[in-house]
Parts: sequence; structure tokens; C-alpha cells
Amino acid sequence: MNSFLPPNDMARDVVRLAQNMGGIPFSRREALHRCVYGSAGLLLMEPFSVNAAPRAAAIAKEGKAKSVIQIWLWGGPCHIDTFDPKPEAGRDYTGALDQMLETNVSGMRIGQLLPQLAKNADKYSLIRSMTHGNNGHETAAYLVQTGRSSERDVFPGLGAVVSYFKGYDAGYKGLIPPYVVLTEPQGRFSEAGFLGPRYKPFATGGDPARQPFAVEGIVTPGITEEHQKERRKLLGSLNTLGGVLPGNATLKTVVDSEQQAYELILGDAGKLFDLSQEKEEMRERYGRNTFGQSCLMARRLVEKGVPFITINYKGWDTHKQHFQIMNRKLPELDQGLAALLADLAEHGLLESTVVWCTGEFGRTPKVATESPWNGGRHHFGKVFSSLLAGGGFKGGQVLGKSNATGEEVAERPVYPADVIGSIYGQLGIPAEAPLPHPQGTPTFVVPGKDEKVPMGGLLTELI
Amino acid sequence: MKTILLLWALTVSALSAEENSVYELGPPVPKSGASLKPHERVDELVFSRQDELGIKRANLCSDAVFVRRAFLAVIGTLPTEAETRGFESTKESDKRVKLIEILIQRPEFTDFWAMKWGDVLRVKAEFPIKLWPNAVQAYHRWIHTSVRENKPLHIFTRQLLLANGSNFREGEVNFYRAMQDRSPQGVAATVALTFMGERADKWPKKKLEAMAGFFAQVAYKATAEWKEEIVYFDPTADKEGITKHAIFPDGTPANIKTGLDDPRAVFSEWLLQPTNPWFSRSMANRIWSWLMGRGIVHEPDDFRADNPPSNPALLAFLEKEFAASKCDMRRLFRVILNSQTFQLSSIPAQDTPEAAAQFAHYPMRRLEAEVLVDALNQITATKETYSSPIPEPFTFIPENVRGIALADGSITSTFLELFGRPPRDTGFESERNLSTSPAQRLHLLNSSHVLGKIKACPLVADADAGDHDLNKLADKIYLTLLSRTPTADEIAALKAHMTSSYSSGRELAADIVWALINQPEFYFNH
Repeated sequence: MNSFLPPNDMARDVVRLAQNMGGIPFSRREALHRCVYGSAGLLLMEPFSVNAAPRAAAIAKEGKAKSVIQIWLWGGPCHIDTFDPKPEAGRDYTGALDQMLETNVSGMRIGQLLPQLAKNADKYSLIRSMTHGNNGHETAAYLVQTGRSSERDVFPGLGAVVSYFKGYDAGYKGLIPPYVVLTEPQGRFSEAGFLGPRYKPFATGGDPARQPFAVEGIVTPGITEEHQKERRKLLGSLNTLGGVLPGNATLKTVVDSEQQAYELILGDAGKLFDLSQEKEEMRERYGRNTFGQSCLMARRLVEKGVPFITINYKGWDTHKQHFQIMNRKLPELDQGLAALLADLAEHGLLESTVVWCTGEFGRTPKVATESPWNGGRHHFGKVFSSLLAGGGFKGGQVLGKSNATGEEVAERPVYPADVIGSIYGQLGIPAEAPLPHPQGTPTFVVPGKDEKVPMGGLLTELI
Repeated sequence: MKTILLLWALTVSALSAEENSVYELGPPVPKSGASLKPHERVDELVFSRQDELGIKRANLCSDAVFVRRAFLAVIGTLPTEAETRGFESTKESDKRVKLIEILIQRPEFTDFWAMKWGDVLRVKAEFPIKLWPNAVQAYHRWIHTSVRENKPLHIFTRQLLLANGSNFREGEVNFYRAMQDRSPQGVAATVALTFMGERADKWPKKKLEAMAGFFAQVAYKATAEWKEEIVYFDPTADKEGITKHAIFPDGTPANIKTGLDDPRAVFSEWLLQPTNPWFSRSMANRIWSWLMGRGIVHEPDDFRADNPPSNPALLAFLEKEFAASKCDMRRLFRVILNSQTFQLSSIPAQDTPEAAAQFAHYPMRRLEAEVLVDALNQITATKETYSSPIPEPFTFIPENVRGIALADGSITSTFLELFGRPPRDTGFESERNLSTSPAQRLHLLNSSHVLGKIKACPLVADADAGDHDLNKLADKIYLTLLSRTPTADEIAALKAHMTSSYSSGRELAADIVWALINQPEFYFNH
């Protein structure tokens, strides 16, 4: 069992105590805990303050994983058409997609529209017993992003948490912000919650399948570099207010922010986002569509050490025309995701990169044939599937099981908090690493027992 | 002598191109004596405290700064070129008083202050507040009407506290729905935060439990209409029997007749009696903080023994003024806005935290997200489209609705999020984030959103390619964006830019508009 795994109740008590003590320094206890927990334990004991972030970041250790690519299938893809096929359930369930494919791992079978992924099953594992029971997009997305269902606080999503522990506060010096979304933000549930705007993602905008990939704020077609530089000079020479306020602290923040913004505009970021620097065959391999090129872009960002990348892949909310849409979208998903996994492996990056592909829920296994749906599938939070690969997670495994129709979890329920906590673990973020709760309530990246968040246990089977 | 100097300064054109006079006039002139007007009394209290502490205060701001500051602070709106020119050309010595009066009566005043109340009262359709779109409209309409009618704040508060009825029909009942924790303790904590300026999590647990007794008979029920909810008084709702143990936050036991009294009415009577220190003091401090950028007690919703007011006499005076005026929000606005304290320059004489806490200069603040996007739209004659795709039914906002007039805190907008619109999850004043980030700078410098607006801007689109009257062009752009004319140095810089680059006509206008949008002088209120 890895050192990060057991939610350490004693460490929690220490933090709680430190908070109750309102910052009174420890004496003998301090020495004791220093022995028990090492330097991380000491950090844990410090009460939160405005400057909690740098210290919190120091809690995270080196992990097997350096980066995470989250592929977010917004709308909720159907589990039985993708990673948990049920051909025996009959046409009432399968619709036209009643076949399945053998993969390169014996006994592991997936949906018929995923032939490329079938050839790469050794690189990923499937969780077929994902569950949270919520059927609303907004709340389910929040659950799957944060692992929590709390009604009282707005928790940060995992991208923001990774940015908090592995981003600027942890000494990340990359040119590109530590948490990038390709291309549109997922909306409020993917984001920073009570961590605040510093940990929000940088959303690229634009379309990586077009030339140029007009990354919002960085790549501006129509303005030459020379013109940018002229403008910057003009900007400085017109700063009259700044001239009468030398040394003003507020304006200093402005100047620093501007400096960073210009590093993106005039620095090498533009080249990184320029996909034409990849070979033509590489671009073809991923698929010349927005999703495929987003996957390629994600690999380039991982190469630059960006800790968290989300690909927000929309269009899975298929109440109507479900099968037509699957026939169009699944080949796209298949090609892009399979190319990404294979390419990461070829670059030696899969070992250090977690790839998590999931939606906010599954879809009703029984096809809605009645009007007005005429062959659609509805929201289904009771059972769904996730794909998990790389970053120290084993490939070629199937974790958990749904029943014969995919309508119930049959074995080993896995809740969002289990997956998220396990990903944190692979990144070296301990389960008991504290989050700076706005009201000072002791809060940890993996929910404690007192939070009553349903958990099936961290994914020790895949580690 | 000082008075003469001031009068002289007031008559000098505020749009003069000389150095600091762009931004400031001479020093303020404190008055003293027994027959001071309320705003003069404010200055006396503020200035004497500064003198006592040996803090140097800033000069008075120039007219150009004042017109811009007053518009942004009072109605959340940038003055137009015409409004700025009109104010500048008026020679009357009391024109600032008049402008304040005009602004207080403008329709944008209602929009802007309904927005601020919306933050405090958590007007939001979606998670975690989950009011639902129709209820948000009803709640916002009730707040908006109350601000427009200048409903005295004690009546405003009483109506919120005693609300009963449907969330779709009686907007004010949403006060009891707009909280993440609807337990009696949760409601009590929200009431303490909103109307007493105190954070119940810093209270002894017993105090909150005792106050919770007043809110144990608030009940909620659904109706046959989708997402309709009735908030009502139900004596049987108090299953734990905590009502009979209700104690006012000052320690006095309440005498509630079970089944006869609505305990909320008993509480409201206690809270809103003129002698109750909590209500008037926290409201006066909140309003001061809204206009002055920080509270006399700061944060304005964190009153407690170990967070004393920076100027107790000032707070006591404002509290008394507010109570004596029957909780008239606009009247307190006039008192504060007409003070020289509000009209100090943002160029500090002494740039220290102590000086800031004693209001020795006007605090420069980044424009609120909604105000900034409205300002960008105003100067470029462009619009935003706002919508909210979750939850169904989808909400689409007509194109001419301004950011400050949006009812729902959960309307989807990357811009508003980026620039720190409050999530309206808790009602804390600190939810609104006015800091500056690299992502914000990137957006203003180089986003397709802002560059697109500049391209569409009439100042740019109408700039004649053959027109090289730089002075005229620069005057118009400066007045529209910064509410002043350019200085000689600025004109020189523009000339240098013109000769060193290929800019001319439209391109030159675009560069100037771009460069001014990206000045802190534009996106800050100073």
C-alpha cells in the first residue's frame, strides 16, 4: 500500500487542533509530531492563513505522475455503448450497437465502435462500476469534478486542486499556466470553488483543428509581432497615472501581471500552440477534428510539464438521435484517445501522465423508443464507466462490474472521490493534505469520514 | 487664504494638461464649529482623527477625476464624452453637489445598487444557492423596486425577515431559500451576517443556538407547480422545541408565545428598534464601505470585539445619522459623497496601511467585472449576449441588458468570472474579487473579445483614414475613455508612435483606444 493511501485520521486531528489553538505554537508536541510525520506533518500543523498556499503546496511530494489529462465527455456518454458492452441484454438495451470487440487484452471487451482503443487496451484500465446516483448535469458534473456532494460549500474541482498543489505555489515555472482547458471551460463545476480565481483554468478558446489555432489572448491573427511591440511601447509611454504614483503596491501587481501576459504574447507560447510544427502524419493519426487535435495539443502541453490539462469534449447528451450521434462521435473519440495513449507511450510519457476519460454520468441502458425520443438515452448516474490510464495506474484491468443490463452496480462500487483521491495519490498529493476552507473547517483533499461522502475505497487494485 | 486657493482651483479647467493638476487640486479645507452640515461633520471627524494620529492626507481630486469617480462609484457607469464636457463647462461652484444629486436619481443607480444587494442577498439561480430562474427574477425585481423607491432599510429588512408565500410570486421569500444551510442555525447565521454584520462562526456555539430559536418555525413546502416553493410560518415545524429557548444576541431572553407569535417577528422587532446598535451600525458601515472601498470596521461584515472600528466617533456619527433619517440609504449616500473625504485624490500624501485605514486618500480599485464590461461596451458601442444554459429552462438575456442590471449571479460569462464577479454563494462582501491577474491583463491586451470591440468601436471605425488631426482625435478618445483631455506629454508620445510606426487613420485610432483601455487609469476607479 502506498504511503499516501490511508486517510490519516491522526493527521486530521493534528490540523483540527492547530486550528482550534488559533496559531499558538507547539512545544513538546511539535517535536513528537515532527518525528511522526516528518516535515509534511509539521506543515500540516500550521493553522491556515492567507498565505496558506505556498506551505500547502510544499506538502505535495514527487509522485509517479507529473501531469493529468482529463478527457471530459460533457453530457454523459452511454457506458454500454462504450466501455461496458452488453450484447446479451438484447436489442431493447443495445439498439443497433449489439456487437462488441475483443481487445489486445484477453477477456477485456469494449464497444463495437472503438477498434483503435481495442488495439491498445493494455495501456488503460476500465472502471465499470462508477456510481453516484445523481441525474442532473450540474450536480453530477460537480460530483465527478470534486468528489463531493456537499451542499454547504463550493469545493474546487480536481484541476484546481492540482494547480493549487503543483502549480505556481509549488514552484511551477512553466510558460503556460498550470491548468489548461482545451478549448472551452466546463463551466462553474470544473473550477476553483473556494480556492479562488488564482486556480482557475486557462481556457484556450479557438479550434486546434484550424490553422492557426487562435489561442485566446496568445495567438492573434492580424497583429504582427512588430505591431505588438510598438503597442507595448505606446502603452508604457501613456501611463500618466502610474507616473504620479511611483511605488504604488496596487499598480505593482498590474505591472507584474502585464509582464507575465506579455511573456505569453511575445514569448514561445505561440510556437507551442502551433500544431503545424507537428508532422502531417502525426496530425492525421490523431484525426483532423477538434477532439483529435486537442489530444495532440494535450501531448505537447504534457511535454512542457503542464500539470493539468482538460479536454472538454461536448455533445454527449443524447436524449434524441442517440445512435446517429454515436456513429459519428465514437470513431472520433476512438481515434483521438487511442492515438494519445499510444503516442504518450512512444514518447515515454505515459508512465508519468494520468489520462482519465469520463462524463458526468452514464445513460439509461434501456433505449427510450417512445416519442419524442425515438431512440434516445437519458441521464443515468447509478452506473457509468471511466477509462483510466498512465501515471502509475496499471493497464489492461477491469475494475468493478455492472449487472447484466448495466442498470445496477454488481461489484466494487467506485465513487468519484475514489478516482480523484487515487489520482492525487499518484501525483504525490497526500490524502490528508489540507484545503484552505473559507470558514476554517478542517478539510482535506480526500473527504474525511465526518463528511459522510460515499466512497468505495481508493483504487488500490489499479496501483 | 486656503479657501481662496480652493475656489481658484475649482474654477481652473479640470481638463488642463498640467502634470498633477490632471488629477488633483489643492488640500481639503476642514470646517469646524457647531453648525456643521452632516457631510462637513464627517470631514471634521475623519480629519481630526488623521491629525491625532499624525497621518498626512491627500489633496482634493480634480473635477475630471471627480466626474469619473462619481459616475463609477454611484451608478457603476462611465460618464460619456458629452456628460464629461457638460460637467467641465459648468462653472457653478456647487456643481459637484448637483452632480451627486443627479446621479442618485438616475435609473442606473437602481440597477447598480440592486446588484450590490444581490451579492449580499445571494441572488443566484444555480448551485449551491439554487433559487431557480423564475425565483431569481422575482427576488431581483423585489430588490430593484425597493432600491428604486428608496424603501427605508429597516422596512426592507423587516419585509425580508417576515416574508411568507411563493418563491415565484413574493420575491422577498427567497431570502429564506437563498442559503446553503436552511437549518434554524443556518438561517440565524445568515441573518447575523446580513443584518448585524457579524460572523456567527466566531460566536460561542450557545449564542447561535439561542438565536436559532427565532427561525425554527420557518417551513417550506412544494406545490403542484414545477420548482415552486412556499415559505411559511409553521408553529409545528420546531420539532426540537428550540423556540422556547430563544435568546436575543444581546443576552435578553425572548418571550415568545408559542403558536401565537411568529418568532421571526419577535426577532425583527428587537433588531429594528432604533436603539438596537447592531442594525444601524452595520448598515451605516456597509454603505460607507461600498462608497469608500473599505469599512470603518473592516471587513464590513466582520464586527467583533477584536476588530474595532478605525474611527469610532465617525462610525457612531454615521450610525446616528442613519437611524435619525429613518434608515434612508440615499440620504446617507449624500452625506458621504458630499464630504471632502470622498473627494480626496487617490494620490496619497502618505502611502501606508494606516493612512488607508484612516481614509487619508481615495483607494484606487479595479472596476467591478460588470462595470468594466459595461464600460467597454459603452466606449465601443458594442454589446454582450448573456445566457444561462443550466438549469433548464435556459435563460437568454436581451442584448441591451447591461452587466450591472443582470438579475442572476449564475449567468454564464467568462468575462465576468475572469474579472471577479462574486459567486454569491455565501453573502460575504469579500466574495467580490477586485485583484488584477495575468489572465485579466492577457484578456484586455490581446483577446479576440476586446480586440473585436475595438475594431467595431465608432471612434475607430469612423476615424477618417485621411484625417491627421491628432489633437482632435486624441481629445475625443481621451474624453470618452478617461474623462479628460490628453496632456502635452501624451500628445508627444502619440506623435512619436505615429512617426515610428505605420499607424494612421483607423489604425492609429485603434492603437490609442487599445492603449487607453489597457491603462490602469481606465480599468480602475481612482
